Amino acid sequence: MTTTTLAVLVPLLPFLGAAAGLLLGRRAPGFVRPLAVLPTFAAFVLAVVVAVDQGGGKAIDAATRLTPTGSVPIELALHLDGFAVLVAVLVGLVATCVQLYSTGYLRDDPRYTSYAALVSLFTSAMLLVVYSGDLMVLLVGWEIMGICSYFLVGHYWETPEARAASLKAFLVTKLGDVPFLIGLFALATDAGTFRITGVVQAALTGGIGHPTLIALLLLAGVAGKSAQFPLHTWLPDAMAGPTPVSALIHAATMVAAGIYFVARLLPVFAASAAAMTVLAVMAAVTMVGSALAALAQDDIKRVLAYSTIGQLGYMSGALAVGDRGAAVFHLLSHGAFKALLFLAAGVIIHAAGTNSLTAMSRMGGLAKRIPDAYWTMTVALLALAAIPPFAGFFSKEAVLSAAEHTALGESQVAPSGAGWTVLIAGLLTALLTAAYATRLWLLAFRGRGAEAPDHGKQPVVMNAVLWVLAIPSIAFGLTTGYLGDWFDGRALTPAVTTSVLSTGVALVGGLVTYAAWRHTSALAARTPMGAVAAHPEGDGSLVEEEAIASHTRVYGDIASAPDPADPGRLLLGPLHRHAATGFHLDAVYSALFVRPVLAAAALVRFLDREVVETYVRGASAAPRWLGWAVRRAQNGNVQSYLSALLAGSLVLAAAVVVLANVTAGS
Amino acid sequence: MHLAYPAVLAVLLFCTGLYGVLARRNAILVLMSVELMLNAVNLNLVAFDVWLRDTLHAGQALTLFTIAIAAAEIGIGLAIVLAVYRNRGTADIDKLRDTAEGTGPDPADPEDPAAPAQKAEAAA
Amino acid sequence: MSGILAQGALTAPHGFLSPTGVEIAFVLVGIATLAAAVMTVTTQQLVHAALWLVVALGGLAVEYLLLTAEFIAWVQVLIYVGSIVVLLLFGLMLTKAPIGRSPDADSGNRWAALTVAVAAAGTLVWVVVDAFRTSWIDLDGPAQGSTKVSGEILFRHWVLPFEALSVLLLAALVGAIVLSRKSAPDDAPADAAAPRETESR
Repeated sequence: MTTTTLAVLVPLLPFLGAAAGLLLGRRAPGFVRPLAVLPTFAAFVLAVVVAVDQGGGKAIDAATRLTPTGSVPIELALHLDGFAVLVAVLVGLVATCVQLYSTGYLRDDPRYTSYAALVSLFTSAMLLVVYSGDLMVLLVGWEIMGICSYFLVGHYWETPEARAASLKAFLVTKLGDVPFLIGLFALATDAGTFRITGVVQAALTGGIGHPTLIALLLLAGVAGKSAQFPLHTWLPDAMAGPTPVSALIHAATMVAAGIYFVARLLPVFAASAAAMTVLAVMAAVTMVGSALAALAQDDIKRVLAYSTIGQLGYMSGALAVGDRGAAVFHLLSHGAFKALLFLAAGVIIHAAGTNSLTAMSRMGGLAKRIPDAYWTMTVALLALAAIPPFAGFFSKEAVLSAAEHTALGESQVAPSGAGWTVLIAGLLTALLTAAYATRLWLLAFRGRGAEAPDHGKQPVVMNAVLWVLAIPSIAFGLTTGYLGDWFDGRALTPAVTTSVLSTGVALVGGLVTYAAWRHTSALAARTPMGAVAAHPEGDGSLVEEEAIASHTRVYGDIASAPDPADPGRLLLGPLHRHAATGFHLDAVYSALFVRPVLAAAALVRFLDREVVETYVRGASAAPRWLGWAVRRAQNGNVQSYLSALLAGSLVLAAAVVVLANVTAGS
Repeated sequence: MHLAYPAVLAVLLFCTGLYGVLARRNAILVLMSVELMLNAVNLNLVAFDVWLRDTLHAGQALTLFTIAIAAAEIGIGLAIVLAVYRNRGTADIDKLRDTAEGTGPDPADPEDPAAPAQKAEAAA
Repeated sequence: MSGILAQGALTAPHGFLSPTGVEIAFVLVGIATLAAAVMTVTTQQLVHAALWLVVALGGLAVEYLLLTAEFIAWVQVLIYVGSIVVLLLFGLMLTKAPIGRSPDADSGNRWAALTVAVAAAGTLVWVVVDAFRTSWIDLDGPAQGSTKVSGEILFRHWVLPFEALSVLLLAALVGAIVLSRKSAPDDAPADAAAPRETESR
């Protein structure tokens, strides 16, 4: 089979798996698990084969036109370059791991069938986005991911948090998708084609008429999908979904779609310095803000969610300085270690019976209870904090050195202001990232107090998946030397200055947090807090659902807990209150959009009830009075009837006579 | 003789009878008024018969028939009136109101818009 | 229509201001008849109404005579005055009509009735006068309605309707008997079993 055929099969297999799973799931429950895992795994294997075939060389383009579609043709096109094949491998790997993990995590879930099918469909859509060479086809995958994300986040729809989160995710991403669609149309109109190669060619030759407008429109969609400020608010709430879903959607794939899209169309964005600056500022705000917020979260998954937003900020920053190689490199390594973090967090939640760091910090011996999760989580957190030699270090270094190049004027793709913005924000975020990673690790695994309850061993499949993902988290940095050739040819090896700087600030962050923790952990014993799930013996999804549903009730807030023993509280000081709520962005949105809409709805309601209804009532009054008069006329008196009858006939007769006279006279 | 005399007299008699039919309360008086109307018609028939010199004497023959039918009518009418009187204890026409619209609460109560609607539904 | 017009043209010389003797008699009797009719429909005493009706019907009989319809006039006197009014009086008696003035003889519909009647009278008088003010009845020549003539045409040309009318009269007779007969065998007071009886009929 040719590479093209294999590449077509990659998105197709999970799609068929999803369709088969949905069709057969109810009738043949035994096939559900194989149908979920095997197509995804096959897609992964094929993606690897495609990657090997492509080999980072010249891009493979293939297209077929199903039907003529008007002035701008839409084609089923593949565009396989180094970015596409490697991202596809990552998607396949994470999706396979998530499917395997889900078989254990949602062991007893009654809705596993539809869940697995949706995950497969989601994987298929993401692979479509990755391989597609046509913007319209890409958009199809893009939107399928949106709707799958809605369903999957709302998997625990019995809890109000999940319902609200799924709706929020859907609405916020759609809010970005509308300008995104308009931007796509504008782009295609200017370039005369939907093919990515054609669009990029047009952008490079200056064929795009309104680069700033188009780039900003597209950035809105990217910000929605990739959870960049100010459209990031859906991602922390989306943690109300099952943990594997968070790992798949909100760490490694869907949020990566936005970054990947910008990477693909980077020349279009690079054509507008304003767009690059906006992207850089957006990335900087996202990075720093999310890192601060992560330091204040109590829910372990919300910490990871904010860290995802921050790492996506790094990728946006790399794109803003025009180095898509660094961006995709960080995307790949982040995809691996963030999936690992989420899946390990799922194990922790299951074992601890709570998702609250406050409760975990009062629980001794959790690390001994789940050694696999403990070690892999440690690896992933080190990678997240960019400590050498883990994967995160190399990819983050690539981003920072790209920013440094731009800042110092060595690279002309983006304005140097953008470079400085990204570089400073990146270093600050490196400090904060190390801080919250340390906080997470200390609170989760170094808790003191009652022994963690023993719920038996975690399913083997879940632990195995953790180790599978730990391999790239540890060793992905080894590929640094070769990856540059797969991308734009620019070297991705770390530079000494930024390496020393970022590792230094990361160490500082970690040590400061450790010191703060030493200081505060003594308080933990004095303030007993926390609650664990009611059914700790259930499977992971049940425990997690209960933990999510009870968090607000126990701690008074979905995001934070009033825990004096939290080192984040000491470190952030007065900022903690704001960081815990994501800097009140939800409140701002509520004031800006929700309340005006509600007020408008109330106004419409008032208009309908009071004004329109008055007209209706008035309209009914006339017939009612008329009917009343007619009813009064029906008095049963024959003489009245006869009088009326004769009077009427008299009038008619008179009219006839008068008319006859008039016509005779004329 | 001018034709206008009998014609106008017939019209006035007819309208007198008409007034009686519409205004009288007692059913027997109404029947009397009907007789007046019939006689007005008869006068017309005779007058026009004479005026036209009809060889078939259709007007006079019809007058005779009308008189006979009036006799029959008065017989039947009186029988009906008597039956009504036996059943109802009265022969007053304006008391025979069985076909009147039912007397509920004032249907045009503006304070209660739902009431007529409910009634209309009930009627439907 | 053309005949009427031709006749009107022929009899054009006759005016309303030079009435013949017959006309004077007709108008006088007509006024009396109309007055009696008005009394019939307006009087407060029910029995008086019947008696005024006798006067009105008798006046009409005189008008028939003046129109040379003598047979009709006698039939009028015989049947109307002789039988119908008697029947009406019986009806008044049987329905226990009050003797003397009864102030509620007219219903509340009176003014509407008056309006309709006056309007109808106005319209009809106007139409009739407009149509027939030049028409002239030639009363000279053979009497149009002598008993001999009436009998001849009635039993020569109108015999079939006459027989049909006799059947009608028979039917009316039977109907009147059926209606006025008490259906309940136990001769109960009529108004006691009222609703059921009316329904059964």
